[in-house]
Parts: sequence; structure tokens; C-alpha cells
Amino acid sequence: MLSPLILLSAVINGLMTGAVYALVALGLTLIYGVLHIINFAHGALLSAALFAAFLAWQKLGLDPYIAAFALAPLFFALGYALQRFVIGPASHADDRNMLLVTLGLAVLIENGLLYEFHADTRTVELAYGFKSIDLGFTFVAVSRLISFVAVFAVALVLWLIMTLTDTGKAIRAVAREKLGAELSGIEVAHIYAVTFGLGTACVAIAACLLIPNYYANPSAGNAFVLIAFTIVVLGGMGSVPGALIGGLVIGVVESLGGFFFGESLGQVGIFLIFIVVLLVRPRGLFGASA
Amino acid sequence: MKAFVPIAVVVAMLATVPAFLHSNVVLNFLVVTLMIALAGQGWNILGGYGGQYSFGHAAFFGTGAYVTAILQMRYGVNAWLGFAAGIAAGAVIGAIVGGLAFRAGLRSSYFALVTLAFAEVLRILASVAPITGAGVGILLKLDLGTRSFQFQSRAIFYLVILALVAVALVIARLLERSRFGAWLIAVRENEDAAMALGVDAFAVKLGAMIISAAITAAAGCFYVQYFLFIDAGIGYGSWISIEALLTPIIGGTGTVFGALLGALVVKSLGEGAKLITGDIPGLDLMIYGAVLILVIRFAPRGLVGAVTDAYDYLRPAAQKRAVEAAHG
Amino acid sequence: MVEPLLRVEGVSRRFGGLLAVNAVSLSAPAASITALIGPNGAGKTTLFSVISGFLKPSAGHVRYDGMDVTGEPPHRLARRGIARTFQIVQPFAGLTVRHNIAVGAHLRHRARDVALQMAEQVGREVGLGELLDRPAHTLTVAGRKRLELARALATEPKVLLLDEVLAGLNPSEIRAIVPAIRALATRGIAIVMIEHMMQAAMSLADRVFVLAEGRIIAEGSPAEVVADPEVVEAYLGHGAAARMRAAYGH
Repeated sequence: MLSPLILLSAVINGLMTGAVYALVALGLTLIYGVLHIINFAHGALLSAALFAAFLAWQKLGLDPYIAAFALAPLFFALGYALQRFVIGPASHADDRNMLLVTLGLAVLIENGLLYEFHADTRTVELAYGFKSIDLGFTFVAVSRLISFVAVFAVALVLWLIMTLTDTGKAIRAVAREKLGAELSGIEVAHIYAVTFGLGTACVAIAACLLIPNYYANPSAGNAFVLIAFTIVVLGGMGSVPGALIGGLVIGVVESLGGFFFGESLGQVGIFLIFIVVLLVRPRGLFGASA
Repeated sequence: MKAFVPIAVVVAMLATVPAFLHSNVVLNFLVVTLMIALAGQGWNILGGYGGQYSFGHAAFFGTGAYVTAILQMRYGVNAWLGFAAGIAAGAVIGAIVGGLAFRAGLRSSYFALVTLAFAEVLRILASVAPITGAGVGILLKLDLGTRSFQFQSRAIFYLVILALVAVALVIARLLERSRFGAWLIAVRENEDAAMALGVDAFAVKLGAMIISAAITAAAGCFYVQYFLFIDAGIGYGSWISIEALLTPIIGGTGTVFGALLGALVVKSLGEGAKLITGDIPGLDLMIYGAVLILVIRFAPRGLVGAVTDAYDYLRPAAQKRAVEAAHG
Repeated sequence: MVEPLLRVEGVSRRFGGLLAVNAVSLSAPAASITALIGPNGAGKTTLFSVISGFLKPSAGHVRYDGMDVTGEPPHRLARRGIARTFQIVQPFAGLTVRHNIAVGAHLRHRARDVALQMAEQVGREVGLGELLDRPAHTLTVAGRKRLELARALATEPKVLLLDEVLAGLNPSEIRAIVPAIRALATRGIAIVMIEHMMQAAMSLADRVFVLAEGRIIAEGSPAEVVADPEVVEAYLGHGAAARMRAAYGH
């Protein structure tokens, strides 16, 4: 007997997970929107951020939600440096090279983590880790509720950066008309690096939101990033609202798919959505049409 | 015929190796290296000559391996037939993925993504489907003999994989000298311009994808016969997608010997690192990642390109000396 | 009168709300040069893209040699004998000049050595003989324009669409390339050229179509078009009529 309340709790669960997916996807779509490449190192950077959040808790006793305020700028700097000093110079302004360099970074980071921390899975234990709120028909973990709210706060901050600051305006100028922006005195290499930094900072915050009910492991980020690819494709490459809505949709689809078909087939469902959207409507459901 | 002399020389030299090298460890290393070179040459046909960068060549490697294994273990098909069927199956998957992706007009990032996604779907399916042995994988029955494509001697396996690599080298050279190859390279350089000159870009890319998939599938078929085992993480895992693209890029994309040279370098680096620091997981792949970035940064045309440039740089001087010598 | 080799009938092409090409009809007979002129953004290149199959028309038909070829893909039209050059040159940057041209030659010649031989011959014809083994990305603007022309010629076209092959060339380069284009028409090719270099276009063309805001606003011999000062003034800017008359005058 399938009660609508069980379905509803699966949907709520999906929305909670989906919000974090959306944040990972936000970073990816931001980078795509400006640099026009898919950052294949995104998942490895997420794994690295999960370890950073774990270490901050283990070595410094920092609560992950506090650590987020330190890790976000740190990963912004890391992302900035990677684009400015590694990806940019190495790719000779060729899209295909850029793809390969981000792939090389992914392999390097992921296996660097494996080399340093081995394949073990690490978790943080927080006093409020198991606290949850009773909605009457289902329980929602407090930490997941916090991440749900935090994701929208981050999206709001990003939106404010984009609309109010000069850098944000420059980013949008480069995204729309790179040559024109360059001619009007905007330093494109700097803007690329800032964008990459912002995308990487999103990943750091996502890691801090995830770690209370997730784990750190050298390939932990990959599971998210493949889903994030799907979200970005579904929401339209480069579209921020698309990433948010796409994230929630995919969270719910995965939750319901896992509920009906078991977890690994639920994943196949996501990939099939992904492939179908790519093939039928590569600009995404929310992207601009031809 | 002259164009095939370098291939004949290289293959003949490699064929003499087992005559003076009997170490199983070294032969094993060379067998694996040639297998990766074969997978890489498959990638090179599509990525190097055609400019379509696949991040999911595991889809073909794994299909070749699984079809070879399943036909033998579940249907009692002869190993050689299974091997051929594995290659054909890889080509079919290539046709499906290529047909869909190119028909949809996917390029660059999008093409890389969709190939990656296909490989992942196959990996997940193979890890749950009963016919692929789900999470356990498939173990081939030990049955030594030529008929069952299983050899006691590593040297014979070495010669088998060398022969397969030789075929792949010849295919690349034939491609370079054919109209199809000229069209494929034109599509890589500028698809619109190629179409304006009468090139059916879709058909050309699809053809390259099928050849590419078949060659990489052959490496997968060989893997199963050599290790007698396959599971989802090996067959459809991202490691083979990465190694397949790494070898030609390091060696030199769109060149006949790039994948072979790249495989020798990459595998030597990986093994060398293991010798120095012990077998720590992640180390070899870490090095691969770093080498990939460094090669793109400093030798974007790969080692073959770097050598050619050096040769072109030195040649005028050498020619001048030769002329002076002739007159002197 | 014989059916012209290329006939465009009422072709329109819409981009969203913008009607870039609006019910354009024109024809180009074999062994003649037809010029398509008009201000920037008039829809000339869009029209070329429709004729050569890169864009599908929103309405209208393209007929080639009496057949309706509307909406066929570019490679099939090239096979039929319609070749184009690109306004923004599109060389195969990594290949030599010879191999660039050979791609075109392969359309009708499967054998590699035949295609290469033909590439050399066509290359010499357009004045690239000295540069055959140079990588295409090392060519000057003039060299690249010649390369565009050579590649298109190597497909052995019956209709040749030239999109501003003279733009960016200096006067002596133009003087060098104009006879080559004239010679192609003499060989029987129907040439349609988009041109901003008014003087060259007017002296080359047998017939001129004037396109403005997506529509044909005048057509005729160069003399007739020049004699239509009102239209020319309106669409080519103040003083254009006088310049054209001067250009055509000698």
C-alpha cells in the first residue's frame, strides 16, 4: 500500500538532497557560462573540499558550518590560482585543451587524495548530527534543513555579486561578449580566474553542508558531479536559475527513482535523463533556444 | 609501400623482444603497455584525426571485454569467435553512441559529456545485471590452448597483442593516405568549411567513431583473454577512458605512432614511480594527471610533435653540411 | 531564353522576430558574373547560407539546373556543383595550402595522388604556387582569400558563391585576382559574388542585384543600377550614386 505521505516524505527528502546538488551545479554552470567549458575537475575539487571540512573538524575542532566561512575564501583562492596559473596558460586558448587540462587536474587531485588519505571513508560526528524535526508524517534532519536554507542564501549572495559589484558586471560582460569586454579594458584572464574561483567556492560550501551527513573519500565528489552535469545540462548550460530548479528536480527524481527501483537503477534513471536531454535539447530545458 | 616501412621496422624490432627477454614481469609490463597502446590508438582515430574528444572510451573497451567473456562462459562460443564478436559489438556501441551524439550535433564539452555518460550507464548496468555477473564480474575458465585463445607463455600473448597493435598502426597509416582520412582531418580543422567542400561531416565522424570503437574494443577483448577476468569497474571504469586518451595525447594526436609512444612513456613512468616509492594506490594516476597537464602546456602536439619540430629545426643545418660534404 | 543555372524564388529567412531575407528572387546563368550588393546587414550572407544549405529557408525555393534543391545539406549541394567561400575565411589552419585545396579536390577524385596533383594545379591557377607547402595559418589575408577561392574551385563547381573575396585586399592584389575570377566565368561557371568593393564589382558583373533590409530593391545591368540614383542613394548612402557612376564610367 503506497501512502501519499510516504511519497511526500520521499519528495521532501529529494528536495533537501537536491538543494546541495544545485549548489554543486551552480559552480559548474557559472564556469560554463563564462569560460564555455565543462570543468571536469569539479568533482575532485568537491572531494578535496570534503577532506578540508573533515580536517578542519578533526584537527581544529571547527564546526563545518563555521568552517564554511574559512573554506569558501580558501577555495576561491585555490580556484583562482588553478585557472590563472594552470588551466589558462596550459590550454593555449583551445577549448579541447581546456577540457583535457581540467580532466588532468581531476585525475591529479583525486589520486593525490587517494595517495595521502587512502581509500578510507571518514565522517565527522556532531552533537546535533542526529537531531531532526518531526513534521508529523516524516522526520527531517536539522543539518539537511540548514543546508537547504544555506544553498538559497549562497545563491542570493552570488546574485548580488553578479548584479551589484563591478567584478560581477565584468563577469557578465565577458560571458556575453568576450572580445567586446576585452576591448573595453576588462582583463579576461582575471575574470576567468575569478569565475573559476567563485565556482570552486560554491564547491567548498557544498562540502561543508554535506559533511555532517556524508563522508570524505577521494572519489566522494564524483557521485555529485555526475549528477551536477545532469543538472547543468537539464537547466541549460550557464543558467543559474536553471541550476537551482534542475538541482531540486533531480533530487526528487533520484529520491523517487530510488524509492521505486532501488538505488543503483535510480542513478541509471538520472543518466538516462541526462543523455536524452543532451541529445534532444542540448541547450537545456531553461536555456535559450536556437 | 614506402609509407609502411616505419611501421614494419618498429613492429619487427618489437617482435624480437621475447627472443632475448624472458622475464615474465617485463613481458607482462610490455603486454599491458601494448594493450593500452591499442586502446589509445582507437581513441586517436576519433580524437586525434577527427578532433572529437571522447571521455568515455571505456564504453567500447568494456563492451569488447564483456561480449567476449559472456559468449564463452554463458553460450559456449569459441574464444576466437567471441573475440571477433567483441570487436563487432564495440563497433555497434560506437555506431549507436556516435549516431545519437553526432546527429544531435554535439561537439566539444557536450560530446565529452555524453560519451562519459554512456560509459557510466554501462558501468552501472554491468554492476547490477545478472548476465554480466553483477558486482562479482565474470571469471573465464582456465583452458590453455590455441583453440581457446589462452596461452601458457607470456611471449605468445605478447606477439598476439603486438600483431593487433600492428594492424591498428596500419589502419592509421591507411587513413592518412585515404580520402576518408583527408575528410576526417578537414572536419577536425573546420567542420563548416569541410561541409562547404562536400564533406558529409556526420557520416565521416560516424565512420571514425565506429573504427575507433572497434579498435578500443579489441583491447578489451584482449584484456579478458589475458587476465581471464572482467568486472564493471575494470571494463567500464574511468581508468581506461583516461588511459585511452592519455596515450595519444602524450605521444602525439593524429600521428601513427603517437599512441604507441605515449603508452610506453606513460606506463614506464607509472611503473618507475612504483619501483621507487612502492605500490601506493593513486601514485601512478597522479603522475598521469600531472604529465597530461605538462604535455598540453609545453608540448601541445605531443612527443611526436616535439621530435618533429626538433628535427625540422636541425635538418637545414644537416642538409647544408651534406651539400658541403658532397662538394668538398 | 535558357533556364538559368541557379534560380532563387521568393526565399525568406526569419531569425526570431527578424526577417533577415524577405522574399528574394534572383537568378544566375552559367558563364556569367552576378553581383549581389547592398549595405551591411542587408541579408546577403544569410542568402548565401540559404543557397549553400547552411541555413534552411523559412519560405521559398532554390532551384539548381531545373531541380528543386531547397533545404538540402551543404555537402550534397557541393556534390551537385554549388560551392561557396566564407566571408570570414575558414582555412584548415593546421594543414598546408596543398592539403587544404586537396580536400576540395577529393570531392570528385577519390585517389589521394590525383587530388594532390589537382590541388597543386588549382593552387598555381590562383597564384598560390609558391606557398603550396606553407601551413595555412601562416598566410596573409590576401593569401587566405585566394585559398578560399582555390578550395572552392577544386570542387569543380558549376555555381560559385563568392562572399567578399576582394574585401581586405589592396588595389594591386585586387588587380591580380579580378582576371582570375573573370576567367572562371568564361569557363562556364555561374558566379554570384557579394562585394563591397564597388568598383571591382561593377566592372566585373554582368548583372547586379541590390539587397537592402532583406529585399531586392533593384536589379539590372551595372549601368541600369547606377542609373537608379534614388534607390542607390537611399541604400548605399549619400554620394554613392556618384561614386558608382564614376566607377562604371571608365
